Amino acid sequence: MSIDTIVDSTRRDVLYLSTAVLGAAGIGLAAWPFIAQMNPDDSALALASIEVDISALEEGQSITVKWRGKPVFIRLRTAAEIAEAQSVDTADLMDPLARNPNVAADAEATDGNRSAAGNEALLVLIGICTHLGCVPIGEAGDYGGWFCPCHGSHYDTSGRIRKGPAPENLYIPPFSVVSETTIKIG
Amino acid sequence: MLGQTPYQPKTWIGRWLEKRLPVISLVVDQFVSFPTPKTLNYWWTFGMVLSVMLIIQLITGIVLAMHYTPHASMAFDSIEHIMRDVQYGWLIRYMHANGASFFFLALFIHMFRCLYYGSYKAPREVLWWFGVLILLTMMTTGFTGYVLPWGQMSYWAATVITNLFSAIPEYGDEIVIWLLGGYSVDNPTLVRFYSLHYLLPMIIAALVAIHVWALHVVGSNNPTGIEPKSLDETVPFTPYATMKDIFVVAVFLLLFAWFLFFQPNYLGHPDNYIPADPLKTPPHIVPEWYFLPFYAILRAVPDKLGGVVAMFASILVLFLLPWLDWSRVRSGTFRPLFRLFFWILVADCILLGWLGAKPAEGIYVEIAQFATIYYFAHFLLVLPLLGLFDRPKRLPESITAAVATLDEKKAAAAEQAALERVMRAQDAEDRAKAGDTATAEETAKADDAAKPEPAAEAPAAGEPPGAEPAAATEDASDVQREKAAGERGSAAGAPDKKD
Ligand code: HEM
Ligand code: FES
Repeated sequence: MSIDTIVDSTRRDVLYLSTAVLGAAGIGLAAWPFIAQMNPDDSALALASIEVDISALEEGQSITVKWRGKPVFIRLRTAAEIAEAQSVDTADLMDPLARNPNVAADAEATDGNRSAAGNEALLVLIGICTHLGCVPIGEAGDYGGWFCPCHGSHYDTSGRIRKGPAPENLYIPPFSVVSETTIKIG
Repeated sequence: MLGQTPYQPKTWIGRWLEKRLPVISLVVDQFVSFPTPKTLNYWWTFGMVLSVMLIIQLITGIVLAMHYTPHASMAFDSIEHIMRDVQYGWLIRYMHANGASFFFLALFIHMFRCLYYGSYKAPREVLWWFGVLILLTMMTTGFTGYVLPWGQMSYWAATVITNLFSAIPEYGDEIVIWLLGGYSVDNPTLVRFYSLHYLLPMIIAALVAIHVWALHVVGSNNPTGIEPKSLDETVPFTPYATMKDIFVVAVFLLLFAWFLFFQPNYLGHPDNYIPADPLKTPPHIVPEWYFLPFYAILRAVPDKLGGVVAMFASILVLFLLPWLDWSRVRSGTFRPLFRLFFWILVADCILLGWLGAKPAEGIYVEIAQFATIYYFAHFLLVLPLLGLFDRPKRLPESITAAVATLDEKKAAAAEQAALERVMRAQDAEDRAKAGDTATAEETAKADDAAKPEPAAEAPAAGEPPGAEPAAATEDASDVQREKAAGERGSAAGAPDKKD
C-alpha cells in the first residue's frame, strides 16, 4: 500500500499550516521583548518634565537647558526680532506649520503661533536642527535667528526654516508658563 | 574548479584525523595546491592584505576592550587612560584607529580591481555580493567604533547618522528613538554601539569565510578575464600567490607603520579629543575620510529624504553591477572605451571625497551635485551603453595564447637587441681590423655575423613548441627576421584568427 492511500492529505495540510502559523506567531512574540528593549527605558521616560527659572533672563538673552537629553533654547527676543518675525508672510515659508504642540496641530507658522502664549517676546525651542540633529548657533545665519553649521540650514528669529536642507521649523516643546518667573517644559 | 589531485595524508595520524575531520586536506587543497591563474598580477594581492588587516583589527580591538569603559561619563577618560597609563596602550589604540583607515584603503583598491577586471561578472556575482555585504558591514563597524571614544566628533557623528533614519516617512522619529534608546544620543546609545562594535567584526569574519568559499568554487578571475582551461594555465596558490601576497602585505604594513609612528593623528580629527558636549555642535563636522564620498552624496541632494536615499543607493547599485555591465568581455584590458570611463569614475570618487570634506556652501554644492549625478550615470547609463558601443579588442583564445603573445613580443625584442649587439660588435671589430671601409660592405658583414645568434637566443626566451617553422628562415636579413618573429607569434597564439 502506498503512503498516499493511508494518509489523508487534506488533514495533513491543516496540521502543517496551523503548525507553521503558530510557530511564526511564537517567534514573533519571542522577538518582541528583544526589539522593545531598545526603546527608552523607564528612567529616561521618567525625566519627562522640568521647571526652569527664567527670572534672570533679560531682553536679547538666551539660555539653553537640557530636556530629555536635548538642548532647549529659551530666548527673550528684542523688539526688532519680534517685528521681523511678525512681518513675514506665511506664504513665503518653507514649512507652513507652527510645529507647536501647545496649539492646534495644523496651526499656521505665524510668529504668534510659535511664541509663548501671552508673552510674545518669549520663544522656547528644541535646539535640534530638523535636518540631521545638530545644535544650531544662535543669532546667526542669513535671517538673524539660528544657523546650523552642519549642512547650512538658516532659521529666522521665530525659529522657522528659511533656507537649507532642513525640512521643518525648529520644534517647540510642550511647555506652560507656570508663573512670571518659571516655565515648565514637558 | 579545475581538477587538481586531492591531498592524501601520508602519516597514520593524518589519515586517522582525515577520516574524522578532513581539515588537513582542506587546508592543503584550498590554500597550498589550489590552482590560481598564472597571469595574476599585484592587484590580486589585496585580498590577503584585507585578511591581515581584519586580523589586526580583531586582535587590537579585543585588547582595547580589556581597558575601555563603555559609559557616557567614563568612556572619554578611559580612552585617555589607555593612551597615557596602559602599557603600550597608545600603540594598540593607534594601531586600531589607523588600522581601520588602512582596512578601508585596501578594500577600495580591492573593489576598484574588481571594477577594472570585471570580476563581478558571471560566474562571480554571488562572490561580488558578499563583497558588497562586507563593505556595508565594515561601514557599520567603522561608524559604531568611531562613537566609542565619546569625543565631540563621536557624539555628533552618532547624532547625524542615526538621524538619517528620521527621513523615513511616517515612522522616522520613532525609529530614531528606538535606535538611540532615548530622545538623544546618550549612554544607552553608547553601550549598544559598543555591543554591536564587538559583534560586527565577527560577522565580517563569517562573511569573509563565505566570500572565500565562493571564490574557491568559481576560482580567481585574472587580468585577461579569460578562465583557465586546464591545469597548466594555473600555478599552485603556494608558493606562487602566497609569496606575492606576503611581499605586498609587507610593503602595505610598512606604509601603515609610517602613519602609526609618525602621523598617528593625521587621519583623525582633533575635535575628537574634546569630550562630547550634547549642547554644542562643532562648527565643522566631517566624517572619517573613508565616508567622505558618501557624505558628499548625502549633502548634494537638497532634499532630506532624497539625500539619504541617494547615499544608500550609491552602495546598493553595486549589487546590480553584474547586470548593468552586460558586455561579454570581462576584463578592461580589452575594452579601451570602458577603461577610459573606469578612470573617470575613479576621478569622480576622489572628487566626491574631496567635496565631502568641504563646507556645503556655494560652488561646492554644485560640483557635488554634478559629481553625484555622474556617479549614478556611470552605473545606470554609461555601463549599459558601453555594452552596445564599446568595440573590444580581439580576445586571445586562452590564457596560454595571451601569455604566448606576450612572450613572443618579449622574444622578438630580445632577438632584435641581440642582433644589434652583434652588429655593433662586428662593426667595432671591422673598424679595428680594416680601418675605414665602405658602409655598404659593413652592413653586409654585420648581417652575416648575426645569423647564428638568434637561433641560440630565441629558445632561451621561452619559445613555445609551435614556433618551429620560424627556425627555417636561415638566411634571413633583419627585416625577414622580424617577420619571422611575427609568424611565430601567430603559430603559438591563435593561428586561425591572427592577421
Ligand atoms: C574584509 C574584507 C575582504 C576580505 C578579507 C576579502 C578577501 C578576499 C580574498 C582573500 C580574495 C582572493 C584574493 C583576491 O582576489 O584578492 C578575494 C577576492 C574577491 N573579492 Fe574580496 N575581500 C574583502 C572584501 C571585498 C569586497 C568589499 C568586495 C566587493 C564589493 C570584494 C570582492 C571580491 C571579488 C569579486 C573577488 C574575486 C576577485 C577575483 O578573483 O578576481 N571583496 N577577497
Ligand atoms: S543637521 Fe542642521 S543642517 Fe544638517
